[in-house]
Amino acid sequence: MPAWLGHRSLTLIVLAAIVVLLPLGFPSSYYFRVASLVWVSAFAAVGLNILMGQAGQVSLGHAGFFGIGAYAVAIGPAHVGLPSWGALLIGAVISAALAWLVGRPILRLKGHYLAIATLGLGVLVALVITTESRWTGGPDGMSVAKLSLLGWRATGSSTWYWITGGVLVAGTWIALNLGETPTGRAFRALHDSEVAARVAGVDVARFKLQAFVIAAVYASLAGSMLAMMNGFVNPDQAGFLHSVELVTMVVLGGLGSVVGSIVGAAMLITLPQVLTVFQEYEHLLLGLIIIVSMIFMRDGIVPTVSRWLAGRVRT
Amino acid sequence: MTILTASNIGISFGGIKAVDDVSFSVDAGRILSIIGPNGAGKTTLFNVVSGLYVADRGHVELMGEDVTGCAPEALAALGLSRTFQNLQIFQRMTAAENVMVGRHLRERCHLLSDLFRLPSVTRQNRATREAALALLDEVGLRRRADQLAGSLPYGACKRIEIARALAAEPRVLLLDEPAAGCNSVETEEIDHLVRRVANKGIAVVLVEHDMKLVMKVSDRVLVLERGRPLTEGTPREVRDNPAVLEAYLGKHGARGAARA
Ligand SMILES: Nc1ncnc2c1ncn2[C@@H]1O[C@H](COP(=O)(O)OP(=O)(O)OP(=O)(O)O)[C@@H](O)[C@H]1O
Ligand SMILES: [Mg+2]
Repeated sequence: MPAWLGHRSLTLIVLAAIVVLLPLGFPSSYYFRVASLVWVSAFAAVGLNILMGQAGQVSLGHAGFFGIGAYAVAIGPAHVGLPSWGALLIGAVISAALAWLVGRPILRLKGHYLAIATLGLGVLVALVITTESRWTGGPDGMSVAKLSLLGWRATGSSTWYWITGGVLVAGTWIALNLGETPTGRAFRALHDSEVAARVAGVDVARFKLQAFVIAAVYASLAGSMLAMMNGFVNPDQAGFLHSVELVTMVVLGGLGSVVGSIVGAAMLITLPQVLTVFQEYEHLLLGLIIIVSMIFMRDGIVPTVSRWLAGRVRT
Repeated sequence: MTILTASNIGISFGGIKAVDDVSFSVDAGRILSIIGPNGAGKTTLFNVVSGLYVADRGHVELMGEDVTGCAPEALAALGLSRTFQNLQIFQRMTAAENVMVGRHLRERCHLLSDLFRLPSVTRQNRATREAALALLDEVGLRRRADQLAGSLPYGACKRIEIARALAAEPRVLLLDEPAAGCNSVETEEIDHLVRRVANKGIAVVLVEHDMKLVMKVSDRVLVLERGRPLTEGTPREVRDNPAVLEAYLGKHGARGAARA
C-alpha cells in the first residue's frame, strides 16, 4: 500500500464511495431524505467528537449551536434580506464567537460541572429562540427560504442528499486531518493528563477553547443545512433532547473515532424509522438497543468492532 | 552557569508544612539529587518549582529570571521539563506520540494549517516523529514506538516520560523517582541515561530512593526531612553524615547501623 493511502485516505475513500453508491439502492425519494438526515447529523456528531472524543470535554448544550445555525438561515433572509449562504456563514461566526466567549470561563470546569454549564448554555439559546417570537416565530417555528446560488435553487431530496453527503465527506476529511497534527495531539494529550500536557508546554485552556469553537461551528453548519433542507425550523432543534441525541451518537459510535460518529448518527437516525413497524414499542426498543450496546460495547461500536476484527485477523 | 535556583521555598497544606524553607540551585551539566524519607516533601518541592503548586513563600529563578508563580506551560517554554512519580502518560496515544507531544513547543502549531493539513504540517510531523523515535531509541523503547502507551509495562512508561521530557530540549530536567519499579538492569540504564543527559549540558535534579544510584551519579545531594533541609553536600559527605542515617532509620536504627 502506498504511503499516501494510509488509514485516513482509506476511510475517506470508503465514505465517499458509500455516499456515491448508496442511492443506487434507493427505491424512493423518502430514502434520499432519511440518508440526508443521517449525513447532517453525522456532520454535527463528527464535530462534537473533536471536542468530546479528542479533547475529552463534554458538551450537553451543543444543540444550542445547531439552533443558532438553523435560525440564522431562517432569520437572515426573512428579516434582514441576507442571501441564505451569507446567513449560514454569519450563523457559523456567531456560534464560534459565542463558543469562544462562553468557553473561556466554563471550560475551566471539569466533568459534571462542565456538563451542567454547557447544558445551561444550550437551554439559554433555546429559551431565547422560543421567547423572541417576533424574530423566530416562537414555539411554532418559522419557514426557511430555499438556498439559491447564482440563480440555481437547491430543492428536492436528491439535491440535498448530494449537498449534505459532500459536506460530510469534507467535514470528515478535516476531522481526520486534525488527529495527527500538533493541535490534534495537544487535544488528545490534555484529554489523558492535563498536568503532563501543561508541563510539556501545552496551553490547555487555549486548546480546549479551540476544540469547543470547532465543534460549535460544525453544529452550526449542520443546523443551517437541516433548516434549508426542511424549509422550516422549530425550537426543538436547539433543545436539550437534541443535545443529548448528539452526545449519544458520539458515545454510541465510539468516542474519538471519526467513523464511529458517523455510524452512531446513522443508527440514531435510521433505527427509529426501522422501528416504527413495532409501533408503540418503538421508543422502548430504541432505548433497549442503546443500553445493550453500551453494556457490550463500552468503547462504542466502531472501536469495539475494529478491535474484534483485528483480533480475528491475527488468530 | 546556574540554571535553576529555588530560595526559601515554603508551602503548607491545612497547617502542615510540606516544604519549609528549602533552597537549592543547580548548574548546567550538573546532577543534584534530593533525597529524604517518604513524605519529606520532595515531590511537593518539584510541584512548586514546575509551577503546579504556588508556594506560600520563596522564589524560583530560571536562567536568572524570576519565575515564581509562573504556570507550567510558561516554565516549559523557558526550558524546564519534568517527569512524574505517579505516572502521567497519555494512555490513549502511542509511545511515539507521547514523545511527540514533548516537542510541542518546538513545533509550529497553527489551527488552520492543521485543519487542512497543509504540506508544511506533514513535513513537520515527519521531522517530529523522527526526533521522537531517536529519543525512544535512547531510552530503549524504539521497538515499542507504535504501541499504545497504556498497554506498556510500568518501567517502559517511566522511560517514555523521560523521553517526552527530553523531547522539549530542556535546560533543566526534574526527575521524580525515575528508577522506581525498575529492576537492576533497568536502573543501570537509567544511571547511564542521567549521565548522558548531564553531559549534554542539561541541569538535572533527581529525586530517587535508590541510594546506590544517587551516590553514583550525583554531584551534590540535598537531604530533606519532614519538609526541612537536613543537610547538603557531596555524596560522600552526605553518606558519612550520621544525621542522615538517623533521618532514614530513626535514632535506634542509626545506632544499630553504625555498630554493624
Ligand atoms: N496536594 C496536597 N494536599 C495535601 N497534602 C499534600 C499535598 N501534596 C503533598 N502533601 C503532603 O505533603 C507532604 C510531603 O509529600 P511529598 O509527596 O512531597 O513527599 P515525598 O518526599 O515526595 O514522598 P515520597 O518519597 O513518598 O514520594 C506529605 O505529608 C503529603 O501528605
Ligand atoms: Mg514523592
